[in-house]
Amino acid sequence: MEKRDGEMSELVRIESLVKHFGPIKAVDGISFSVRRGEVLGFLGPNGAGKSTTMKIVTGFLPADSGRVAVGGEDIAANPLAAKRRIGYLPEGAPLYSDMTTRAFLEFAAGIRGFRGEEQRRRVAETVARVQLESVLEQPIDTLSKGFKRRVGLAQSILHDPEVLVLDEPTDGLDPNQKHEVRSLIREMAPRKAIILSTHLLEEVDAVCSRAVIISAGRIVSDGAPEDLHARADGHNAVTLALRGVAAESARAALAAVEGVREVEEVGGGGEDGAGVRLRVRPEGGRAVALEVSRVVREHGWQVEGLMVDRGRLEEVFRAITAPDRTRS
Amino acid sequence: MANVLVIFKREFQGYFATPIAYVFMGVFVALAGVFTMYIGGFFIRAQADLAMFFGFHPWLYLFLIPALAMRLWAEERRAGTIELLLTLPVTMTQAVLGKFLAAWLFTAVALALTFPVWITVNYLGDPDNGIIVAGYLGSLLMAGAYLAIGSCISALTRNQVIAFVVSAAVCLLFVLSGYPVVLDVFGAWAPPFLVETVSSFSFLGHFEDIIKGVIDLRDIVYFASLIALWLFLNVLALEVNKAR
Repeated sequence: MEKRDGEMSELVRIESLVKHFGPIKAVDGISFSVRRGEVLGFLGPNGAGKSTTMKIVTGFLPADSGRVAVGGEDIAANPLAAKRRIGYLPEGAPLYSDMTTRAFLEFAAGIRGFRGEEQRRRVAETVARVQLESVLEQPIDTLSKGFKRRVGLAQSILHDPEVLVLDEPTDGLDPNQKHEVRSLIREMAPRKAIILSTHLLEEVDAVCSRAVIISAGRIVSDGAPEDLHARADGHNAVTLALRGVAAESARAALAAVEGVREVEEVGGGGEDGAGVRLRVRPEGGRAVALEVSRVVREHGWQVEGLMVDRGRLEEVFRAITAPDRTRS
Repeated sequence: MANVLVIFKREFQGYFATPIAYVFMGVFVALAGVFTMYIGGFFIRAQADLAMFFGFHPWLYLFLIPALAMRLWAEERRAGTIELLLTLPVTMTQAVLGKFLAAWLFTAVALALTFPVWITVNYLGDPDNGIIVAGYLGSLLMAGAYLAIGSCISALTRNQVIAFVVSAAVCLLFVLSGYPVVLDVFGAWAPPFLVETVSSFSFLGHFEDIIKGVIDLRDIVYFASLIALWLFLNVLALEVNKAR
C-alpha cells in the first residue's frame, strides 16, 4: 500500500539524462524524481546544466539519451500529454511583449484548451492570485521586471498543473516581490511537484524541501536543506557575547568542554567595549550549545547574547561545486 | 485545429499591435498603385485591364514579403518566446501553420486594400472582371509561396536581417528560374529535362498563366505544393535547431 502511494505521488521521473552541445557535455547522467508535495531546489554554478535540464524536462530540448516521464507520460514519446501536465516559467520569463497582460493570459488559456466562460474564470482567478489586476490592460513591454515575472508565473499556473518547473522565478525581483512569489510557491506546494532553479541559497531555506546541487552536469549533492547546513564548517558553532569575564579565562573554560574543537575571540562586546565575543566551534558539527550554556551558568558569567549557527549554505555550496584543485 | 486557431489569432492581432501592419499595408498599396499608374504606363496603354498591376506583384513581393516573414520565427528566437510557445501543448506543425496562416491572411488584407485600382479600371473602361479575380487569386497564391519560403528561412536564424536577405535571395531564385540568368547555369552541364524542370519552377511562368485568366489546376497545385514543401521544411528546421 505504501509502495503504491509512493509511486502514484511520483510526478516527475528523470533517468540518466545526457545532453551535449557540440563538444560540451552540458548534462552528464542526471537522475532524480520529484513527488507531489516536494519543492525541489535546483542549485549549481552558472553553466552547470540547470537550465538545460529544465528545458529537457519541459520538452523544449531533446535529450541525447536518458528519459523523462511527467505524471507517467514520456516527454519524448508523448510530448503533448506530458506538456499538458506541466507549467513552465523559462529562464528570464520570455513573454510576447507587444500583447497586453490580459490578451497574453487569454492566449495561454486558449492553448491550454479553456474557452468562453471557463477561460474568463481561469484568467480572473490567476490574475487575482499573482496580483496583476492593475496591469491587465497594459502592454507587457511597459511593465516593470517584477510584473513581467509575475505574468510569466501566471501563465505557468493558469491550468493548475501538477508539475511546475520554474527557472529562477525570483530573479531580479525586489525583496517584497520575492517574498510574495515564495509565499505563492509554498501555498501551492502540497498539491504539486515543483522544481525551481535558483542561485540564491536563501531561497532554498525559504521554500525548498529538498536541494539538488549540480556541477558540470552531474549531481553532487541531493538532500534536505538541513542536511546541507549540517555539512557546513560552522554548523552548530556557538557565538557568545559575555560580560564580566576576562577573554582568556572564558576561552580556557569553554575549550575544556567535551566536543569543542576550538574557541576563538571574535571581538569585544557591548557598547563600552568591556565585554567579549567568543566563537565556540565544535568537532564534526556536534551540538554543544547545552554544554556551553551549562559552563556559562556554572561560572556565573553574564550573557549578552548566544547564537547557534546553522552553518552557511554558501560555504557548503562552494565546497562541493568548486573545481577540485587536488586533481589539476 | 483549435490550437492552430489560437496561435493564428494571436499572430494576426500581433500585426495590429505594432505599426508593422499600417506601414506594410500603406507601402504595399502605394507601391502597387505607383508601379501600375506610372512605371506600367496604365494611362498610356489605355487598356482596361490590370495586367500591368499584377505583373509587378512578383517584384513587389520580392522585398515586401521577406520583410513580413523575417520576424515570424527569428523574433521568437531572439525574444526567447519560442521556448514558451514550444513547451505549451502544441505541435510544431500547429505552430508553423498558425503563424503562416496569420501572415497569409494579413497579406490578403493588404491585397484587398488595392481595390481602388480595380474601381479605377472599371470606372475608366470595361475590363474582364473574371480575369481580375483570377489575378487576385493567383497573386495571393504566389504571396503564400513567398511567405512559406520566408517563414522557413526565418526559422533558421535569430537575426532578422539575415532572414530577410536570404529569403529575398531564395525568392529571387524562384522568380528567375525561368530566365536565362538561372537557366544558363544549368544549361551548361545539366541534361535538358533538368533544365526544363528548373524552368517549370518559375513563379513567373505559373503566375502569368493565372493572370491571363487561365486558372489551370496545375498552377494551383504548383503553388500549393510549394507552400506545403516549405512549411514542412520549416517544421524540420525548428525540430533540428530550435535551441540555437
